[in-house]
Amino acid sequence: MEGLAESLKLLFTFDPYVYDIIGLSLRITGVALFFATIIGVPLGTLLGLTNFKGKPVVTALLYTGMGFPPVVIGLFVFLLYSAVGPLGHLGWLFSTRAIITAQTIISFPMVAGFTMAAVMSVDKNLMKQLKALGATGLQASWAAIKEARVGVLVSIIAGFGAIISEVGAVMLVGGNIEGKTRVLTTAIVLETRQGNFGVAIAFGIILLTITFIANLSMIYLQKRHMFE
Amino acid sequence: MSYKIRGLKKEYKGFKLYIDELSLYKGEIFCLLGPSGAGKTTLLRLLNFLEKPDEGEVLYGNKKYTSQNYLPPLEAMRQITTVFQRPALLKDTVWNNIIYPLKIRKEIIDKEKVMGVVEELGLTNLIKQRSETLSGGEAQRVALARALIFKPQVLLLDEPTANLDPGNIKIIEEMVLKYTFQEKPTVVWITHNHFQAKRVGHRICLMDKGCIVEARDKDTFFRSPKHQKTKEFLSGEMFF
Repeated sequence: MEGLAESLKLLFTFDPYVYDIIGLSLRITGVALFFATIIGVPLGTLLGLTNFKGKPVVTALLYTGMGFPPVVIGLFVFLLYSAVGPLGHLGWLFSTRAIITAQTIISFPMVAGFTMAAVMSVDKNLMKQLKALGATGLQASWAAIKEARVGVLVSIIAGFGAIISEVGAVMLVGGNIEGKTRVLTTAIVLETRQGNFGVAIAFGIILLTITFIANLSMIYLQKRHMFE
Repeated sequence: MSYKIRGLKKEYKGFKLYIDELSLYKGEIFCLLGPSGAGKTTLLRLLNFLEKPDEGEVLYGNKKYTSQNYLPPLEAMRQITTVFQRPALLKDTVWNNIIYPLKIRKEIIDKEKVMGVVEELGLTNLIKQRSETLSGGEAQRVALARALIFKPQVLLLDEPTANLDPGNIKIIEEMVLKYTFQEKPTVVWITHNHFQAKRVGHRICLMDKGCIVEARDKDTFFRSPKHQKTKEFLSGEMFF
């Protein structure tokens, strides 16, 4: 109870330590989500609308990516950016860039997979009709994304939900450095270990609120889609 | 734009289309009749260059297309359009559906011109309505408005009035006849209804089992058909 009271005090007094971490978490996740969207939405659309020889393999890889343990992706990014790794010269390990890389890799299969499902549900006759009206492949694909916009939006929200609450990969590649790479999840781990339960609970409340809002909007959009 | 088809062949599992020779002219409505599975829609898809033939050649405009190069430039493709039996509309307003072809061609949208087509097809009161709320007949009229808005030189109609009420059929037939008279496009109209073919067609063609049975001007086709299958089709026997 003491911890809860302290956490509420920290939140309502706008404690700078707490709010800096919230801001950094949202910034990092936002950038990662942006990259996941610009990779995932076109990839999902391509897979949803076209048939090519290697499509089953690419789709299987995508589904594997959706269920891949984030900590293993963290390990992969760690090795990539470590001093002896192929991109070690960039010096990105233990920086926000490393976290963004890991979060992008974690979330883009999710964005692509859900986008693919959404785009595949667009009326096949409409795609035929758009081509018959003179739409180029790109124009028809854009129309398909617009038709499946609710599903595509849900895919982006699902990607957001997956990375905002991620801890293993972020800890591994970010290093949990105060003021630099400390985000909500890694801060919870640290504060709990140090016995600062009030701060940890405050972060927990924020994280829960953010994921709750994300899930609520996803449910709302899906419901709206059902009645469209 | 005219077509000259020679030795066109397209094969699927269990189905073969073969058109030995066929010419389609500017300013005419060419009606395709025939039982289901006769190959009418396949021929239409080939004419729209949405499908590639296995063999043969199509002279479209002044250019020859074979299975090796069956993809005209975008500008040539954009002179052709198809209205399908089931209208497929964007989940958007009637207005946005109708101007879609102009938008993708990056053409300036002349509100007056668009409203002209809209009025002729009796869609004025529906212009702000979303496509999901339209009836079958209204949706098909929107599909026709969308097809005519960019003044195509080739209009391919795949049973556009099947399952529509007489009022909607009349509006669509009159609009296509007027457009053909004014703009002189090449029109190919698939129909199961030979009374409709009689009303709108200049030349009528019967297809069966992937081949052309008989193609003649309307009067000859209906008054003195040469082929036994045409006689059977016109008397209704071919359906049974």
